[in-house]
Amino acid sequence: MGKICCRVSLLFVFSIASFSALAEKNFSGVWVGNYSEDFPDRLPGPELGDYAGLPLNDADRLRAQSWSASLIALPEYQCRVHPSDYASSFANIRIWEEREPITEQLIAIRIQHFAWQTRRTIWMDGREHPPEYAQHTAMGYSTGEWVAHQLKVKTTHLKEGWLRRNGVARSDQATVTEYFIRHDDILTWTVIIDDPVYLDEPFIRNRDYIYSIDSQVGNYPCDPVIEMVREPGYIPHHLPGTNPDLLIYSERHDIPVEAAMGGANTMYPEYIERLQELPKPSELRAGQE
Amino acid sequence: MKNITLHKLFAMVLTLVSSIMLSQTPVVSTAQAQTDFDAVEIQTLKVRDNIYMLVGAGGNITVQTGEDGILIIDTQYAELSDKNLAAIRALTDKPLRYIINTHHHGDHVGGNAELKAAGFTPSGGNVGASLSNAGEGATIFAHENVLLNMAGDDNMSTEMWPTMTYFAEKKDLYFNGEGVRIIHQPNAHTNGDSIIFFRKSDVITTGDAYITSFYPFIDMSSGGTLQGFIDAANSIIDLIIPEYGQDGGTLVIPGHGRLSDIGDVINWREMLTIIRDRILDMKQRGMSLEEVLAARPTRDYDPRWAGQGIFSTENFVTAAYMTLED
Repeated sequence: MGKICCRVSLLFVFSIASFSALAEKNFSGVWVGNYSEDFPDRLPGPELGDYAGLPLNDADRLRAQSWSASLIALPEYQCRVHPSDYASSFANIRIWEEREPITEQLIAIRIQHFAWQTRRTIWMDGREHPPEYAQHTAMGYSTGEWVAHQLKVKTTHLKEGWLRRNGVARSDQATVTEYFIRHDDILTWTVIIDDPVYLDEPFIRNRDYIYSIDSQVGNYPCDPVIEMVREPGYIPHHLPGTNPDLLIYSERHDIPVEAAMGGANTMYPEYIERLQELPKPSELRAGQE
Repeated sequence: MKNITLHKLFAMVLTLVSSIMLSQTPVVSTAQAQTDFDAVEIQTLKVRDNIYMLVGAGGNITVQTGEDGILIIDTQYAELSDKNLAAIRALTDKPLRYIINTHHHGDHVGGNAELKAAGFTPSGGNVGASLSNAGEGATIFAHENVLLNMAGDDNMSTEMWPTMTYFAEKKDLYFNGEGVRIIHQPNAHTNGDSIIFFRKSDVITTGDAYITSFYPFIDMSSGGTLQGFIDAANSIIDLIIPEYGQDGGTLVIPGHGRLSDIGDVINWREMLTIIRDRILDMKQRGMSLEEVLAARPTRDYDPRWAGQGIFSTENFVTAAYMTLED
């Protein structure tokens, strides 16, 4: 009788364990980026002077306005990788799990991005984040937990990065919360960036991926070269008020400059009313003629 | 004329304040007064196989261990010497042989006397026979300007002074199986800055020529300049070989703040260079210091880098303005 009780109890424990494991979604495999959303911002890259819809503050706006695209021609910038909070915007990714071989406990989830061939680790074993004086990296330090069927990831220890590839900076003080949500063969990847230095409000970005059984993640070699001979230590940038490219986006799309310069209010539907009150570049030109 | 007079006056005041606050021993007093040393815990961060970073109060300490003994860079405050020594002893029981000072400020040399006394310099032959104190204490290396700056300060005892100096552009050691290059970086944080390159471990210790916490403190009273900081950043970047892009490879232990690699140093250089160009442009257009301060040429970097006192935006911009040649 005692043995039967024991067996029943063990069966119960295993059942619970299996049930608990079922709460863990399996993300393993190759996922292909779905570019139906924000395509211009993703593969071609954003236009100069387009900060619309970003909750950036005045300091970050000046960072962006001072930025020169020539910067990425410098050898030490040519192979600079996309930080983990931006990498979701690009191409294929591969996800796989690392499990303890005996207990099958999930230790980590790994992600490899096509872009720059970066690889990040999301620790799932309950470990703490390192102290502030530890190294910051482009991928940061990530830990994850299951919230219902979602994978929730917290990332710290990021190096300075960017919100857009046109000079909008994201500071090294930022923390990032991500949600990975699988709906059958669709993966929704939500990135929420809190940056006390450069953002007035959290910035939220969603990306969708499609599961693929016949795709792979290619390699991405990068070797920096000297493209132009310049003075050692030369850093291309625009002095405040001298950037000739700032109006490219607003004029090309006839969007009021204020809206193009972004800010938290430009994220919200209510801004449409404000937008209608602002003069468009074409209207300003007509007034001058 | 009025502006020039004001500039000179401001420079004199700033120089005086700088002298009082950091370049001489009173910095120890200032910082000491603000630090509860009993509450300070020394944290040890492993950087590479035999290289560690000790984080407490004051500047970061680098520790290199090996068969030959222990080499450390900088010594924080005297009040923390017992704790720092305990942290070092937790790594190895080998003798402390070398102390290298990156510069002369009290938050980096305050523990010199105590840690030196805990160390040992091998001696023998003529030296051992003729010098009664040969072998007592570790050797303290520094650029000779560190010695001159400390010797000019009545509050720094002779026991704290470097015992071996160099005046050329570099000094080499071979210790614990690797070459250790001590490189003078002129007129950055001070006139006596050294950055130290562990060639085999691929680690660079920068002292306050590179920090991750605040704007740089340009100690004008000791020969510091903004351009010197930028030159130092370029020198450090030249030594670094990244693993890929701007990540990994050579690691950098800053004077204050977090362990870094090339990406952090590049961002630091970018900030300093852009701010230099802005201030220089304003200066060349005839703007006075007051006008430059009012124009806030660092306002996009202030939320990240502005600190208090000597690390404030005003102090940084003023020293940058004063030391840039138009």
